[in-house]
Amino acid sequence: MSATTTDPAPAPAGGPGPEPARRSAVRPGDRIFSGLSKGAGITLLVIMAAIAVFLTIRAVVAIRANEGNFLTTFEWNANADPPVFGIAVLLFGTVVSSVIAMLLAVPVAVGIALFISHYAPRRIAGTVGYVVDLLAAVPSIIYGLWGALFLVPHITGLYEWLDDFLGWTGVFSYDGSPARSLMTVGILLAIMILPIITSVTREIFKQTPKANEEAALALGATRWEVVRMTVLPFGRSGIISASMLGLGRALGETMAVATVLSPAFLINISLLESGGGTFAQNIASQFKEAGAMGRDALIASGLVLFLLTLLVNGAARLIIARRKDFV
Amino acid sequence: MSEIVKDKRGRAPAPTPTSGAAGAGPDGGGPAGTGPVPAGPSTLRRPRLPRWAPAGVALGSVAVGVLVGLLGGLESRVQWGLIAALVFVVATFVLTSAVEGRRQAVDRLAASLVWSSFVVAVLPLASLIWETVARGIPGVSWYFLTHSMNGVLSWQEGGGIYHAILGTLQQVLLASVIAIPIGLLTAVYLVEYGRGRLAKAITFFVDVMTGIPSIVAGLFVLSLWIMMLGFGYSGFAGALALAILMMPIVVRSTEEMLKLVPNELREAALALGVPKWRVILKVVLPTAIGGITTGVMLALARIAGETAPIILLVFGSNVINANPFEGAQSSLPLFVYEQWALGTQAAYDRAWAAALVLIVLIMILNLVARGIARWKAPKSGR
Amino acid sequence: MAKRIDVTGLTAYYGTHKAIDDISMHVEPKSVTAFIGPSGCGKSTFLRTLNRMHEVTPGGRVEGRVMLDNEDLYGPGVDPVQVRRTVGMVFQRPNPFPTMSIYENVIAGPRLNGSYKKSELDDIVERNLRGANLWNEVKDRLHKPGAGLSGGQQQRLCIARATAVEPEVLLMDEPCSALDPISTLAIEDLIAQLKSRFTIVIVTHNMQQAARVSERTAFFNLEAVGRPGKLIEIDDTDRIFSNPSEQATEDYISGRFG
Repeated sequence: MSATTTDPAPAPAGGPGPEPARRSAVRPGDRIFSGLSKGAGITLLVIMAAIAVFLTIRAVVAIRANEGNFLTTFEWNANADPPVFGIAVLLFGTVVSSVIAMLLAVPVAVGIALFISHYAPRRIAGTVGYVVDLLAAVPSIIYGLWGALFLVPHITGLYEWLDDFLGWTGVFSYDGSPARSLMTVGILLAIMILPIITSVTREIFKQTPKANEEAALALGATRWEVVRMTVLPFGRSGIISASMLGLGRALGETMAVATVLSPAFLINISLLESGGGTFAQNIASQFKEAGAMGRDALIASGLVLFLLTLLVNGAARLIIARRKDFV
Repeated sequence: MSEIVKDKRGRAPAPTPTSGAAGAGPDGGGPAGTGPVPAGPSTLRRPRLPRWAPAGVALGSVAVGVLVGLLGGLESRVQWGLIAALVFVVATFVLTSAVEGRRQAVDRLAASLVWSSFVVAVLPLASLIWETVARGIPGVSWYFLTHSMNGVLSWQEGGGIYHAILGTLQQVLLASVIAIPIGLLTAVYLVEYGRGRLAKAITFFVDVMTGIPSIVAGLFVLSLWIMMLGFGYSGFAGALALAILMMPIVVRSTEEMLKLVPNELREAALALGVPKWRVILKVVLPTAIGGITTGVMLALARIAGETAPIILLVFGSNVINANPFEGAQSSLPLFVYEQWALGTQAAYDRAWAAALVLIVLIMILNLVARGIARWKAPKSGR
Repeated sequence: MAKRIDVTGLTAYYGTHKAIDDISMHVEPKSVTAFIGPSGCGKSTFLRTLNRMHEVTPGGRVEGRVMLDNEDLYGPGVDPVQVRRTVGMVFQRPNPFPTMSIYENVIAGPRLNGSYKKSELDDIVERNLRGANLWNEVKDRLHKPGAGLSGGQQQRLCIARATAVEPEVLLMDEPCSALDPISTLAIEDLIAQLKSRFTIVIVTHNMQQAARVSERTAFFNLEAVGRPGKLIEIDDTDRIFSNPSEQATEDYISGRFG
């Protein structure tokens, strides 16, 4: 995966640092070509900057006009006059559903990665790895369709069960309505981010030095002890950064949430009952009815989502970069 | 301490656990208390569960799960499965603890957890594929592929996805026309020219860009192209957002491939007096072309399934609009979403059928890409 | 404590490829036995069959018997984990666990087999590091990563790690091939000390080393590339290097091939 090889200085190839042929001034062809490629790189930077700038411009317009508190209002009436809207519910829903997804997906993904790298017979491991890569390519709208039309009706039994045993906590109380809740969203997101977390951790587990695994075996370690002594410590930072990449995906996921969640601008203590919303889902669901101010408000919420994913992805990249330094 | 130390030539005076002791009990014997075990015939052997034990326990657990499910009247098969998995893990642990000892029990526990996680993950994914295929196939027909939704009411059967396929193809094509040159050139810059702060900044922001949620890319194009510059909804606006999502993927994969091109090849060509830009165009890029194509196709597969920016920028349409630069269009993923949102049975059927077509399209792109990768695997290095 | 090894009719495969063919020999307790031979002759493969490490390699398979005193390593019901605990191994390249300190490296093995008090662990660390002639060099930085040591020190740390589980037999797979001459000498001295406690089998490329450290030497050879390796002869080291009974051994010793 590209995620593991993000060396900031692509040193190995492209040796020609000092131009080998100095006999003439830089040829026009060379100048045009290097200029073009440099220009392309700068274009990328400009696009990134433009995203931040334009989103901010629209967001400022919206927030200025907002009569509510952008951070704490439990309401989204951006088309009203005066507009009142706040992201409290969206922030809550986005973070909660993504955290549920992480909690469910990371252990399972680490399990599958170990299955592929250390447990499965070689031929099965190859096939499973291949299938995992293919599944990463399934479009999110299809996960959404499956989630809404298959998962939601089939998961109510599980929720009733949870309600029987854990309903007293409030968090797991369930009223029997269609399971279009943050929990279902979290479960669906977990399934969706499973392939990406698996494939990144798998690559890192595979890099565990064979010599260390053999050393552990030769000390009389069982297979699990080999994994615990060598593979997991070696891959720890890899697991963390893979989880962050998965978290970034979950935070920004639109369609799977928009199809499954039954949104409402309130925070429901029970995770199993409908209500709540996420940034991306709210944008997709509200967009068609939004007027000029409504759009600016949605863009303002999009800016928050942008910053949130920047933070998470930046952290993941930093961990990967740090890991390179000492391994 | 010191007398022990002086004894380094001989065996340690303190009876540390010997191999013989470990085989006997679950704990392998502590450091104290386990006397020297006479070298009997059993030092290497330990009681083991028969080979069929894991399969037997698995079968038993499934039986228990089904039984509890039937008797307890649990509706969801998911619950049955969870009960079975739990019984399997616990039973394996208890049995192994009793027969083989604690370390082996932990080892088997870990193995059964790893296997269960594999099963837990495979089931929903298999179900997803199964449902899409089973519910999608009845709706796919030649008529479905060659007609639009023009004049079809939401509850009516019939209609088709021709307009959506057309939209997807045009949008993806336009996006790649924008993204591939920029992506390729950026990768060339990073590998062949890039030094210093600019290259580092680009590398970092390419990574950051990979993580941009697609809806944010859509909002950006919305604010710039539609709200600021005043253009209308169009396939092209959608293509702009898709291009933003595609660029970092193309850069990353191309960069990886260019780095694999052996340096000797470049130096050999440069030593012949060929200008550097021609070396890149005639030697470096052709060498890496297989891998680059694979990366580009994977990127195409990725953006072909994007829905969120399309909702914001292409808007959706029921009729055929062959001009991506003017007026609303449709696309396959958007069509799936719209039909789902209509909520009638006829619309659900269309949604599944379109989802199947989309998944087939993307799988073809993926398989072809991987095929190319295997075919043209860089024969560099040795 | 150290045990005698008796091998009869041992054949090892990688998948369908036969790597070594029908080897029989015995190894005396508390002595050093050296395996020499050209590259690819299967001496390392054979070594790895002596603690069931060969079967860890994908496709690895073994036929024949390896008796440790009176027990067959490949007998029914034998636990490979137990075997490897009884027959320790030191590898070609020093391989301390990179995420562990020097201290943790030494106790990695004992810790698997039971719980110890802190003082007992301290004892084990000191005893085995002294046993590996490493204590004085590292006693002030026991809690620093093992990867920070020099190659020779790392290899001695690995030997300490292997002896800490108190095995009966110690297998060494070209333990000096990645080291400089001075570190090599240190390891050879160490081997001479260790043989009072362990049965030692060492694979080496270096014939002088075999002559210096071992009592008995086995010469392995292969007829051609792709053919399985065979044991040509095993005898007292003095005999092998002065008056071997096989022509092939003589050719190899005198540098006429290989």
